Amino acid sequence: MDIFVQQLINGITLGSIYGLIAIGYTMVFGIIGMVNFAHGDVFMVSAFIALIAFLVLTTWIGIGSVTLALFIVLIVAMALTAVLNWGIERLAYRPLRGSFRLAPLISAIGMSIFLSNFIQVAQGPRNKSIPPLLSGEFVLMDGGGYQVTLSYKQIMVWVVTAVLLACFWWVVSRTALGRAQRACEQDQKMAALLGVDVDRTISITFVIGAALAAVAGTMYLMYYGVISFADGFTPGVKAFTAAVLGGIGSLPGAVIGGLLIGLVETLWSAYFSIDYKDVAAFSILAIVLIFLPQGLLGRPEVEKV
Amino acid sequence: MALRAARDAAIWGGVALAVFVPLIGLQAVQDIRGELRLDTRWPLLVVLVAMVVGGSLVNSLLIAPWRERRGRRVPHENAALARAAAAFGRWFPPFAVGFVIVFPFLALWLTGMQGSVKWIDNFGIQILIYVMLGFGLNIVVGLAGLLDLGYVAFYAVGAYAYALLAKEFGFSFFTLLPLAGILAAFWGIILGFPVLRLRGDYLAIVTLAFGEIIRLVLINWVPVTNGYAGISGIPRPTFFGIPFNASDEGFAAVFGLEFSPIYRGIFLYYIILALALLTAFVTVRLRRLPIGRAWEALREDEIACRSLGIDTTTTKLTAFAIGAMFGGFAGSFFAARQGFISPESFTFMESATIVAIVVLGGMGSQIGVAVAAVAMIGGTELLRELDVLKEVFGREFDPTQYRMLLFGFAMVLIMIWKPRGLISSRAPSVFLKERKAVAGSLVKEGHG
Amino acid sequence: MAVAPPLLRVEHLTMRFGGLVAVGDLGFTARRGEITALIGPNGAGKTTVFNCITGFYKPTEGRIAVVHGEAGLWDELEALTRRGDRHLTLANGGLFLLERMPDHLVSRQAKVARTFQNIRLFSGMTVLENLLVAQHAPLMLASGFSLLGVLGVASYRRAERAAIDKAKHWLALTGLLDRADEPAGALPYGAQRRLEIARAMCTDPVLLCLDEPAAGLNPRESAALNELILTIRDRHATSVLLIEHDMSVVMEISDHVVVLDYGVKIADGTPEEVRNDQKVIAAYLGVADDEVEAVEAEVGL
Ligand SMILES: Nc1ncnc2c1ncn2[C@@H]1O[C@H](COP(=O)(O)OP(=O)(O)OP(=O)(O)O)[C@@H](O)[C@H]1O
Ligand SMILES: [Mg+2]
Repeated sequence: MDIFVQQLINGITLGSIYGLIAIGYTMVFGIIGMVNFAHGDVFMVSAFIALIAFLVLTTWIGIGSVTLALFIVLIVAMALTAVLNWGIERLAYRPLRGSFRLAPLISAIGMSIFLSNFIQVAQGPRNKSIPPLLSGEFVLMDGGGYQVTLSYKQIMVWVVTAVLLACFWWVVSRTALGRAQRACEQDQKMAALLGVDVDRTISITFVIGAALAAVAGTMYLMYYGVISFADGFTPGVKAFTAAVLGGIGSLPGAVIGGLLIGLVETLWSAYFSIDYKDVAAFSILAIVLIFLPQGLLGRPEVEKV
Repeated sequence: MALRAARDAAIWGGVALAVFVPLIGLQAVQDIRGELRLDTRWPLLVVLVAMVVGGSLVNSLLIAPWRERRGRRVPHENAALARAAAAFGRWFPPFAVGFVIVFPFLALWLTGMQGSVKWIDNFGIQILIYVMLGFGLNIVVGLAGLLDLGYVAFYAVGAYAYALLAKEFGFSFFTLLPLAGILAAFWGIILGFPVLRLRGDYLAIVTLAFGEIIRLVLINWVPVTNGYAGISGIPRPTFFGIPFNASDEGFAAVFGLEFSPIYRGIFLYYIILALALLTAFVTVRLRRLPIGRAWEALREDEIACRSLGIDTTTTKLTAFAIGAMFGGFAGSFFAARQGFISPESFTFMESATIVAIVVLGGMGSQIGVAVAAVAMIGGTELLRELDVLKEVFGREFDPTQYRMLLFGFAMVLIMIWKPRGLISSRAPSVFLKERKAVAGSLVKEGHG
Repeated sequence: MAVAPPLLRVEHLTMRFGGLVAVGDLGFTARRGEITALIGPNGAGKTTVFNCITGFYKPTEGRIAVVHGEAGLWDELEALTRRGDRHLTLANGGLFLLERMPDHLVSRQAKVARTFQNIRLFSGMTVLENLLVAQHAPLMLASGFSLLGVLGVASYRRAERAAIDKAKHWLALTGLLDRADEPAGALPYGAQRRLEIARAMCTDPVLLCLDEPAAGLNPRESAALNELILTIRDRHATSVLLIEHDMSVVMEISDHVVVLDYGVKIADGTPEEVRNDQKVIAAYLGVADDEVEAVEAEVGL
């Protein structure tokens, strides 16, 4: 029981990170029907930006307050990653819009290879680790030698994720931008005829997706304290799995899918074997899709004859 | 126009500056105590940002207008172009086959015993493996229109099947080759059966997941696969029982030649060439059979297929199984050639590379796939060789580091340049009077 | 003239999509050698009926049966339904329960072919290839499920030549022989419609279901289409079930008309009977029955 609660806490933390990345996948898929393969690497790049911003703040400027430093790092990472993803969309995806369906996918795969190798060349192939931050924790339960703890870091991940998701939710459901996005999702041509600037809406979608991925990247760096150029792929694939699991195109689905994947992973590691945790996550995906092809919250696809 | 070009250049320069200041201008390096500190590289930053600005200017002042002019001109010379393409399609394959058949001797003649090892092994065999994989996946992606992002799984099945069975039971390469293919096809059917009902990108992601699952199992099932450490000492193929080694029973000794690794290289080269040609031949034949037409029809319109009495599930399964079988052949060849395999060789990157070869080549086109494999694999291998770059960028410049960087970037550029791949038109499988190529814009890409 | 035996019998067919009843308790019969027209205003549920007949939709309720050959097989209908089997095939014919069969078997075994309201050709394949895909099942058999075909045996080559001959026959009838090597997607609209019919005919159907074949055709093409449909009925032992909005086509060529409105059958009879039916006129004008005369006077009928 204690282990279960502890793994629940760990799983929700991990799941929040997956959920944040998954939103980027699901939004892009919803609006232009493309699997943005480079998104996992955008997440990884954002973690590097966060790392460097953090180093600038601590070693050069010498900010004492960790909270303030984290806040600035978060803003910087979000802004710069957003700019990066805006550029990627303009360069690699926009010229391919409306053409062959696989072309943007291949372009995205190329972009993903490029980004991870770019970081490898520019920042070196070795793991980068930062000293542990916010190292306190609450003891929630203490039963016979096994302590269930909730660390400050975990609280930080939860709070930041919750706050940003709330902001994000407000943007897509209450603002003109969100309406434009939903309009483009339904029918791009019609939306354009009605005066929606489709290009701009798509650009903003990429920007928002990148900003959320940067939140995930910053949280990932702070939580695990280590990042490498190869860390984009696995979280990326898992987040995409989460998006599909939740029902691709559905925003709450992405978050729920992320939490589920996080929980499956941590619980499986605790009760079965840590080696097969990724196998478990992917198997769940396969099983869900086979029995519920539209995912948990996705709209069922009607086959119009 | 100049104004717009300047504005674009400024925008891209700004983007580059924003991204490159932290990632290029600054570098997080570990010092002796293991702590991270920052190094600066401002000159490099300036150079790269200037390159981005220059690239943007070149694009908007030269490339974009040129593409626009070409785009407007195309309708006029369509007929001539089509005839040229048809002639190319007729004459290129026999010429290419002739060339690859004499290639090892050409290499021997031009570069000598020592020098040709590299050309035959690193280039010839390496490229042909990918040509073969591209042909195999072409059946699934190019003909049937099913996007399979986990093709490497079947490659792995073939490789491990050969490695384990050859080590365990001592069967020869040519016994195990068909067996490995059948095993891979069997896995194709097992994996395909539940997922082929899925539509569109779901299929892509589930196949990707299966590819990852197989790789993770290979990593973690240590008693059988030896995990990360992989399997070494895999028996090499022999020339009708004569091994290629320096012993007295070895190939060189038996034929009274001086021992050299080149003989094995040439032998392996012809094995993979034969396999690749077999794949091409079978694919060409299958395309002209009802099954091949059904694959292409499936790519065009699945619902219409069903209305014509085609069982789409079995049709997809055959495409999947046959594609997997060729992947399995290639895998067992790979294991036999390397003598060592580990899960590292079967990552998603491999699947992505093969898919990229198929799409860059032009879906469904065998010539396109072969050309794309030569360009992508040969190109990246060539980067290893370019010592010229060392002269330009200084001693410590290591071109191999930039190999994948350029590979990725080239993928993006080629897609922008030719979104439908190098050869986008489709050759009909049957004709009444005249074989006219079908324009790429009419050919659908499938929903999977 | 004696009444022809039934070929297709639809009974109590209901199709619901969530709360929407697209087809409600529909029953009608299509007879052998006849052209049966299914008409009704937009959204009446005609295409949905086709989708149920051809197996694309599983009906919520109802029975759809087809008999080949021996008409006496209709007597087996109740027994077959109770047994739970899909079909009963004898040497001299067969009885098929379409609502139990998956779509591809409806075409392959029950020999019911169809066209689509939104043309569904294999646009990147040539006209000839489209017609060969339609002969998939027999060719597959001839190619030994591809094994013999890969080896290039002579018997397969003969079968393929026969298939091409059949395709040529239909190309000649539909006036597409000159365009056999062109991609289907490059044909003009009218030719695409005819090609879709030719493709369906290449499956050797006993019943051909045409979903608005005259939509978008000019008068000359439309007249040619009438000829084609009549030829199919008279010379190829194929009965036709036709959805059509163009009343001139319906009145001219059909032997029997069924009228749907909001998924419910409102009339069933010869073209003359239907033409004069008050309910039909009301449905088409979109008014209640008792207002018909007033509206007719208004529009000057
Ligand atoms: N797959 C489906 N899911 C939900 N509703 C459907 C589906 N298919 C058809 N409908 C609905 O069923 C009703 C009947 O549609 P149907 O296409 O059969 O009409 P129709 O008579 O063919 O009309 P038209 O003359 O415009 O072709 C319509 O209201 C339609 O929206
Ligand atoms: Mg309709």
